[in-house]
Amino acid sequence: MKSLKDLEAIRQRTLQDVGIRNDRKGTRIVIGMATCGIAAGARPVMMKFVEEVANRKLQDVAVSQTGCIGMCEFEPLVEIYAPGQEKVTYVKMTPEKAARVMSDHIVNGQVVGEYTIGSVKK
Amino acid sequence: MKELSLHILDLAQNSIVAGAKLIEIEVAESKKNDSLTILIRDDGKGMAADFAKTVTSPFSTTRTTRKVGLGIPLFEERAEMTGGRLSIRSEPGKGTELFAEFGLSHVDRVPMGDLAGTAFLLMNSNPQLDFRLLVRVDEDEFMFDTRQIREALGAEIPLNSPEVAAWMMESLKEGIESLHGGM
Repeated sequence: MKSLKDLEAIRQRTLQDVGIRNDRKGTRIVIGMATCGIAAGARPVMMKFVEEVANRKLQDVAVSQTGCIGMCEFEPLVEIYAPGQEKVTYVKMTPEKAARVMSDHIVNGQVVGEYTIGSVKK
Repeated sequence: MKELSLHILDLAQNSIVAGAKLIEIEVAESKKNDSLTILIRDDGKGMAADFAKTVTSPFSTTRTTRKVGLGIPLFEERAEMTGGRLSIRSEPGKGTELFAEFGLSHVDRVPMGDLAGTAFLLMNSNPQLDFRLLVRVDEDEFMFDTRQIREALGAEIPLNSPEVAAWMMESLKEGIESLHGGM
């Protein structure tokens, strides 16, 4: 069984990591989580991003949620805000697409063009 | 939405938008009363009485991108389909409390689904807010409060740092599964 006592060890390890990385500005992954997004399957997409961040131990990447982004027909929508880059919006996301965005875009800096809003909206 | 937990995720978003600092979610299953209840309480900005009266209508919404809001109306319908009900109490400046009751064994009651995952995502993606989750199955109870975690971790470590997140997900899963028969 997990106990609050586990947190002390986690605290020590995390403090070391934070010390190393606090000079870097973070990337934000924002997922539309209004009724439209959730009904379209935003929860498993968000879970995939969170798992990937945890598995890769990325201290400088935060996953957060927002309300309706305003293009419900393209939900689940995901916006990526990376330092020094323009915002990238991904549409009709799935956990599989999320894994690819994670490795190509978040980790390696290559936007996955075929999933972006630009590829569907003319 | 095919899971009650997805509705919880949706309704908690209303609390977040209302500027809540603490969101309390209570889910209780009672075989004796054949009921399943869901309570979501926040300390957000609350609603004025006339707006609160209209929120179960699809044509009432605070969103600015569309003129309809389906979250609460769909949830109310889910409850009423099982012989249950939805009630909302709200006070401007104090917060909002939303309570729904479902017929536990009713054929039209949709399953709870992934409550642990839902609670985890809410906590992880809103690390600046506090959440208290209480899950009760008959006499058995599991409580998870981010204020306790924050206290144990200290202020420098955010709740969404990777190792903390993994620990929280595991604790929630274990805690809910350990309840009599699970949720």
